[in-house]
Amino acid sequence: MEFWVTQAFNGISYGALLFLLAGGLSLIFGMMRIVNMTHGSYYLLGGYVGLTVIRQTGYFPLAILAGALAIAIIGVFEWNAFLKRLSGQELGQVLTTMGFALIFQDLALIIWGGDPYTIPAPAMLSGAHRIGDLYFPIYRIFIIVVAAVVALILWLVLEKTRVGAMMRATVDDPEMARGVGINVHLISMVVFALGAFLAAVAGVVAGGFVGVYPGADFEILPYAFVVVIVGGMGSLKGALIGSLMVGLLDNFGKALFPELSYFTLFAPMAAILAVRPTGLYGRA
Amino acid sequence: MSTKRIAAICGVLVLALTVDVVPAWPQKGPIKLGFLTQMTGGGAAVGKDMSNGFMMSLEEISNQIVGRKVEVIIEDTQGDPAQALTRLRKLVESDKVNAVAGIFLANEGYALAPKVDEYRIPTVWAVVSADDLTQRKPTKYAVRTGWTSSQPNHPFGEYAAKTLGYKRVATIAMDYAFGWEQVGGFQRTFEEAGGQIVQKLWPPLGTTDFGPFLAQIKRDADAVFAVMVAASSLRFPKQYQDAGLKARLPLIGGGTSFDEFVLPALGDEAIGAISPLIYSAAIDTPVNQRFVKEFRKKYGKVPGYYAEASYTAARWIAEAAKAVGGNVEDKEKFLAALKKVEISDAPRGPIKLDTYGNPIQNIYVRKVEKRDGELWNTVIQTFTGVSQFWKYKPEEFLKQPVYDRNYPACKYC
Amino acid sequence: MGLTRFSGQQVVAAIIFFLLLASPPFLSSFLLTLLTQALIYGILAMSLDIILGYTGLASLGHAAYFGIGAYSVGILATRYGAAFGITLPAGVLLAVLVAAIFGTVALRATGVYFLMITLALGMIVWGLAHRWVTMTQGDNGISAIPRPDLGLPWSLSLSIPFYYFALAGFLIAFWILRVIVRSPFGQTLVGIRESESRMRTLGYHVWLHKYIGFVIAGGFGGFAGVLWAYYNGFVSPVDLQLATSVEVLLMVALGGRGSLIGPALGAGIIVLLKNLVSVYTHRWLLILGAVYILTIVYAPEGILGAIKRRTKEVKPRAVGVHGLTEGEIEGG
Repeated sequence: MEFWVTQAFNGISYGALLFLLAGGLSLIFGMMRIVNMTHGSYYLLGGYVGLTVIRQTGYFPLAILAGALAIAIIGVFEWNAFLKRLSGQELGQVLTTMGFALIFQDLALIIWGGDPYTIPAPAMLSGAHRIGDLYFPIYRIFIIVVAAVVALILWLVLEKTRVGAMMRATVDDPEMARGVGINVHLISMVVFALGAFLAAVAGVVAGGFVGVYPGADFEILPYAFVVVIVGGMGSLKGALIGSLMVGLLDNFGKALFPELSYFTLFAPMAAILAVRPTGLYGRA
Repeated sequence: MSTKRIAAICGVLVLALTVDVVPAWPQKGPIKLGFLTQMTGGGAAVGKDMSNGFMMSLEEISNQIVGRKVEVIIEDTQGDPAQALTRLRKLVESDKVNAVAGIFLANEGYALAPKVDEYRIPTVWAVVSADDLTQRKPTKYAVRTGWTSSQPNHPFGEYAAKTLGYKRVATIAMDYAFGWEQVGGFQRTFEEAGGQIVQKLWPPLGTTDFGPFLAQIKRDADAVFAVMVAASSLRFPKQYQDAGLKARLPLIGGGTSFDEFVLPALGDEAIGAISPLIYSAAIDTPVNQRFVKEFRKKYGKVPGYYAEASYTAARWIAEAAKAVGGNVEDKEKFLAALKKVEISDAPRGPIKLDTYGNPIQNIYVRKVEKRDGELWNTVIQTFTGVSQFWKYKPEEFLKQPVYDRNYPACKYC
Repeated sequence: MGLTRFSGQQVVAAIIFFLLLASPPFLSSFLLTLLTQALIYGILAMSLDIILGYTGLASLGHAAYFGIGAYSVGILATRYGAAFGITLPAGVLLAVLVAAIFGTVALRATGVYFLMITLALGMIVWGLAHRWVTMTQGDNGISAIPRPDLGLPWSLSLSIPFYYFALAGFLIAFWILRVIVRSPFGQTLVGIRESESRMRTLGYHVWLHKYIGFVIAGGFGGFAGVLWAYYNGFVSPVDLQLATSVEVLLMVALGGRGSLIGPALGAGIIVLLKNLVSVYTHRWLLILGAVYILTIVYAPEGILGAIKRRTKEVKPRAVGVHGLTEGEIEGG
């Protein structure tokens, strides 16, 4: 019993982490159809910037905010200067964003060196909440809370606000959106920036849990894509469900069939794509 | 048009050719050493520690051996065995080095081993610890100045059973050769001393969330033996503590789980962890204290075993070169000298090689403690003269297969 | 109009061919090994060109076939002592088989979705290489693969004979692929790339053509992998990781897709870049990253495309897709 409860909790907290990561990609890739290989780098750099901020100031929330804003700016630059012109050209997008990913990887190495670090989380987030014999690490609860809050805010903005409606319109049909007077250029930029912002938030939050270290960018990249694919591109709900699914699948897969770990992750992804190429909740 | 193209292509080819025009060095020019390690990518920090240690050692002898200057060419393997092979080719065929040192990844070691023998280039495995490189798949032209993965855990298994008094231990180790060999060595001697390994968990290399594995650990064990490397060493102790396990199950582990490489980034969650290794920055000898102080002054961090092993590897090469009067061009003599070197005052203590080319050295059992606000691996016990075969006869030992996931089998699981 | 340009191209080709054939004894052995690597990757790049350049499908999992060919050699040669006569067909056939299976799944999609499916499939193969340790030795890789013994008077263990061996492989692959792309089948692929719907209305069995192209690409990828395993004497999961698949895409894009020669050239450039640049600086990743970006910005049609454009004296366009307008791109 303890096993199932703890594993389910772990799966959900891991899924929450994945959602933070993939939420951003769901916007950039899912909505804008930009194959962004730099997404992992946003995560990595966000973590590193957060690390530096917290070392200098000691404020965890500031670290999250600073990291996210810094990366959002970088993302906007990448979008504006390069990606904007590559709409519809997957190959160009893959190669350009891969180029940036490599550059960022090396820059991170130059600036922060190659040693692994953890982001020191505030004391109130460490330790565990004990219920009988079960331990629920508080940081994991924190991740779940952050993911839930982000999901809620995203949903509210996209579904209930005018800006959100403009975003959805821009992404669905840029021509039409332009026709009704929406500043497509600006809105696209905002969406992209938001995607990078979320990835960086994930980087800082995850930094307190799994650490920041070289290689983290390419490690999580496939996972982020899996979540967006499985959940369905262009659907936030899909990203949420996708992350939970992947989190639980990965967790139970590792617990029950450790030898097949990558298989339990990518085989379902391929299977889902085979049946529904647009993913579970995606729309073509 | 087409003329320009022809000219351009020829120009490129000419450029490519001139790139590699290296004047042939006269016989008594500098001694050229190639140092191969990962300088970019995920393991870059380890590579840096290694090259720093190696260079520092040579600088201490003014980069000169028996009157000949020493030149080191550091090459980046990029963490890719194929690149490592290409670099080795370059070092041997183009740069014409007299010896090669370095390497820390097992797959790079295995990739290079056949080539080393083919080139007959004296090679020093500085850090790579894959057991079989000096056991069942030995390389004639290489010696190791580091360790085998199972080496420290043989005495540690006994220690855990007899001194720490553990009877039932669960292991959790990264699921690849290094993890298997570390657990294998521990399990063998632990069970021979009366202990029982009751569970073996194998998280895949690169696991970030140990939740699924921590939840499975048998709560009725006496202790948990963890083998983590690099980034996973960083995150495991905290997750272990947060899962409520630290309070119930003492954490012991392989040396890399609490190595000086990650200690600065760990917090109080690591205090009390006990692990064995060939080195500790806290070894209380004048030689080591000097080494730690100098390294720290120069590179801003406490040296771990990556740095020490490379530092000693350079010294090893220097001693061997001295023994042949600087005549490193005679490969056979130089190799023989490499195999005969004995150092009694390396930072880690006395070292000499066994007949398979692996060090016989001290194994230190260390405990993570806080001193002046920093975490150190305080030495609580020393085993002297430990070889890769522990107390077993080499021939008997080698008859058995190399340690892997299923060997030794988990009888009490 | 045609004659000068035609013989100009032929002259260049002849010179390159002559250099490839005659230069080895004069090159340093390091450069020779790089050339050998370039030839083998050239085959891989050409194989990708079949589906990317000629059919218009960008795959993020092509390194999988490379790895399958390489691992077949690794396992058969070291465990069963199999000779080249067995490992070569085994490696290629296995790659073909896997491509045949994967093709049925992947070709249900196009564009971005195709990218993702091929990514997932490539990751599955990588995951197997990593985790199926009893077969593949996992992370340690398979080492000590002996060079093939073809009963020739020159041992392939030496660099120069092996270079010619690789060159022969490259030329055979190039010749076969050239025949394929110039055939009606190849022309149909190009037609599909330009407009699938048009081809369908004209009565062509589009899916079947794409499928066969996909399988051919996989087969030749496997062939490259076989040569690679013999070249290095070693194979490990690194050979089929995601970054490798992306790198092959770059080789094709850099050289100029849809031309076979272009991708081979791109392969050569990337191999030389990775190896030579890193001799002089540890910052070779920065340079490689810059190459990725600059290729798309300045030479979206690749180097060959840029040369062709120059010779046709047409003003360069900044559109990145080979001949397609945005409306005609499939998928997404």
